[in-house]
Amino acid sequence: MSGIPVLSLLVFAPWAGALLLVLLPNLGQRACRALTLVFSLSTLGLGLAAAGSFDRADTGYQFVETHRWIASLNVNYHLGLDGLSLILVLLTGLLAPAGLLASQRGDRDPGHFGMLFLLLQGAALGVFLALDFFHWFIFWELSLLPAYFLIKCWGGPGAARAAFQFVIYTMGGSAFLLLGFVAIFAATGTLDFVQLAHLGASGELGARLSALGGFWPEAVFLGVFLGFAVKVPLYPFHTWLPAAYAEAPTGVSMFLTGILSKMGVYGFLRILWPLFPGQLHAAALPLLWLALGGVVLGAFAAMKQTDLKRMVAYSSVNHLGYCLLALFAVSAATGRLGSPGASDAAALSGTLLQIFNHGISAAALFFCVGILEERSGGRRGLGDFGGVRTVAPVFAGLCGLAMFSSLGLPGLNGFVGEFLIFRGVWGLVPWAAAIACLGLLATALFLMTFWQRVFHGPRAGAAAGPFADIRGLDLAVLIPLAALMIVLGVLPQILTGLFNPLITSWAGHLPLP
Amino acid sequence: MSLLPWCIYLSLAGAILSLVSGRHSAAAARWIALATAAGAWGLTLAAATRFVPGPGMQTLVDLPWIPTMGVRYHLAADGISLTLLVLTGLVATSGVLFSWNIGERTGEFFALFLALVAGVYGVFLSDDALLLFVFYEVAIVPKYFLIAIWGSTRREYAAMKLALYSFAGSALVLAGLLWVYAAGGAHSFGFAEMARAAALLPRGDQIAVFALVFFGFATLAGIFPLHTWAPTGHVAAPTAASMLLAGVVMKLGAYGCLRVALPLSPVGFAFWQTPIAWLALVGIVYAGLVALTRQDLKFVVGYSSVSHMGFVLLGIAAANPRAVSGAVLQMFSHGVVAGLLFAVVGRMVYDRTHTRMLADLRTLPLNRLLPFAAAVFVIAGMASMGLPGFSGFPAELSILVGAWTVSPAWVAVAAVGVVVAAAFTLRAIRLGFFGTSEGQCPAVPPPHGGPTPHMDPITLPEKAGALLLVGATVVIGLNPDLLLDWINPALQSPLFQSVLKGGAP
Repeated sequence: MSGIPVLSLLVFAPWAGALLLVLLPNLGQRACRALTLVFSLSTLGLGLAAAGSFDRADTGYQFVETHRWIASLNVNYHLGLDGLSLILVLLTGLLAPAGLLASQRGDRDPGHFGMLFLLLQGAALGVFLALDFFHWFIFWELSLLPAYFLIKCWGGPGAARAAFQFVIYTMGGSAFLLLGFVAIFAATGTLDFVQLAHLGASGELGARLSALGGFWPEAVFLGVFLGFAVKVPLYPFHTWLPAAYAEAPTGVSMFLTGILSKMGVYGFLRILWPLFPGQLHAAALPLLWLALGGVVLGAFAAMKQTDLKRMVAYSSVNHLGYCLLALFAVSAATGRLGSPGASDAAALSGTLLQIFNHGISAAALFFCVGILEERSGGRRGLGDFGGVRTVAPVFAGLCGLAMFSSLGLPGLNGFVGEFLIFRGVWGLVPWAAAIACLGLLATALFLMTFWQRVFHGPRAGAAAGPFADIRGLDLAVLIPLAALMIVLGVLPQILTGLFNPLITSWAGHLPLP
Repeated sequence: MSLLPWCIYLSLAGAILSLVSGRHSAAAARWIALATAAGAWGLTLAAATRFVPGPGMQTLVDLPWIPTMGVRYHLAADGISLTLLVLTGLVATSGVLFSWNIGERTGEFFALFLALVAGVYGVFLSDDALLLFVFYEVAIVPKYFLIAIWGSTRREYAAMKLALYSFAGSALVLAGLLWVYAAGGAHSFGFAEMARAAALLPRGDQIAVFALVFFGFATLAGIFPLHTWAPTGHVAAPTAASMLLAGVVMKLGAYGCLRVALPLSPVGFAFWQTPIAWLALVGIVYAGLVALTRQDLKFVVGYSSVSHMGFVLLGIAAANPRAVSGAVLQMFSHGVVAGLLFAVVGRMVYDRTHTRMLADLRTLPLNRLLPFAAAVFVIAGMASMGLPGFSGFPAELSILVGAWTVSPAWVAVAAVGVVVAAAFTLRAIRLGFFGTSEGQCPAVPPPHGGPTPHMDPITLPEKAGALLLVGATVVIGLNPDLLLDWINPALQSPLFQSVLKGGAP
């Protein structure tokens, strides 16, 4: 594979598709959809190819591409792939075509939809692969606009407001992020994540920032933190999320929850933690409480929802909370005497697994709610259905699988990630793990409520009339996701093998605060 | 390079030609104007290809003009002037394209337009303070007539206000220059000689002289609180004039601040640095907040110009090479983006809908009626918000990084301005173009019931002009080194080094 710029291809293939759709405005609807799908699948193909020739023992960046870009700002075109980026690329490759397939029917204007969707996909890939702030920030910001229009133009009745809120919140966060990097650049003269991570590990970054005044390292940390916290979102910055996810069209909700929210988690792992290990350690206690807030309150909020889509949206707040809980626990315990490395490794592996697993199960759940909505003519209340299992057994089975995966039933993929996170956090910060159990309980409660009210009981509501079981395209979306839930539940090493050496190296070189 | 002065002469000749030919045929006047503007732009680009960046101005013409006072007709260029010359050519050319539909006194319109352009070229090429001042004055007169005759909302008021502010500003400049010349015993109006003479003045006088010259120029750059002419003038002006006013003429003020005022008296600057920065910051935030409340879309764009020019002034006030190079890049970027925004609002939308009120526009499905205009406005809006990938981003990044080394507090306030800019731009996009699109995608047929208002399709000249400007902002956004490689060496000249602190960026 040497010589072929795989990573550039990964990023730009979807954008090439988007450009093609712009240049061919008179293409028929079917051709538009096919073209979009093909370019969207490029990520899966290239991602698998990269995974095939990925050196699993190497913990550094692979397939690196570096070119001088803007000399006067010391900016390089810098792409690189490690285990963390690889699983995110694979997840994107999986969920983007799934989201598109979910939007195959009933959507107006597939040309524009496909163009925006591919733009979004390319931007997300750029975020996961770019290693220079300037380069990375282009993708980070450009992901907003397509998401904005996808929600606004194809979303539900409240979509305009939800989309506006989503963009303003995220932009507000990004402004602080940008500000933080202005300071970092002024202090160090570089925007390269790899170099900055070295400076961060040695404490040099903090020292240079504090040259201006003692509180600047903390202020800059806070700015960068805000940018990511809004994106994930971390409690209490999550208020934009339920509306945006609920109003977006099904395929876009799948992508938003599966990929876009991971951009924030990725930022925490790739940028905030390596650059500011000391500051993160110092702030870990309040941050643990915020993560717990997401885990517990997110789950309880989901329990109170009567709108199924909002319920699934809140469950995302809960699930992403686990990822951050693990990271904060690792950071909180760093440097403690006799800190058990095994717990760190478990928590971090759990985080990466959870990133992937939550993507699959949340996307599948959004898709199932989308099907319910479509079959019932737009209704998606908890009380609008009953006895769906009897009329649509296949659908009920697959949806149930996604739910059980989401609540972490052993044998399915969700369990492995959450188990590892809990295993790690118990060893590091036991009380936090104890409190987080409340979230597990509440998750089980609301998902079981969903299951019983919609699928069991006598046929009622929208399921009282004719209600077709799923087939064709819908199966093409759900079957691969369901298969992965089972396979990854039984054989998680398929994934962990890709990033285990990386985790070992992270856990072995935890930056001392 | 040596052909650069011909930008001025060509534009003047084109002005006369289109005036004459316009009496017989409007079409001829249009084509002559386009050929002239494009020709002058071509000259700047040709010069750019042979340009060897270096410190100091490279002399093009140097003739004695008023020997008794030591005034010389001295034209010269460095990387900064070249950047702005290319910008002027670009905006002038697209401005002609966006004025293709001017039917009333076409020849006179283009004559005045080109005369204004000639004056602007002259300012950017002058290497003599008095000559610069003369070109600066030359540019004011056509502005007045362009607005007063072809303008819209309250045009007489706006034209008068703009002319008065401009003349008042230039009066301050002239007073300052003459003070230095007389009291300092200068032998010429060359920039270096003026700086030498100013250095002989007592500190108090230097502070006063600097204030006269700087704030005189800054008036035209739209510094708070002397900015009020700008939104009114931009709104009233016909589209091409708005583009030129916001895109280029405001840069004359900033250019004057940078080229004339800054090196004139480092002592004076040191005194005024902090007040200037805070005025710039207040301008950034205040104008942004005002833009957030305006109902007239053109006012939104007008105030956004004031806000963006605040960044230029902030960069100049920070006075280190990185911030100043960012400021020059921001001049270019804002010239392109403001031109684009005014073109969409004034030409593409207003000439078809005859309203610019957001309350009216939001009832029109403009995203479906004028998809091209909507797409261009979204792109221009993204560039205006300073999103990465567009020219505003490297410019604002350089300014903020440079300003950070002077005072982090400035950057914190400027960041508020960035968020406000995102808010007012999104508001304009949302209400102006997608007001009716809830749950509708861009190209569905209009909902039944009620005829859709008819809109003439976007014409070819409009598309060409828009693509030129969009191309420029993306190319510079992705490769700002194209311009920074010209700008940075220019800042190493002894004159700039006397006032700029910090080494090469």
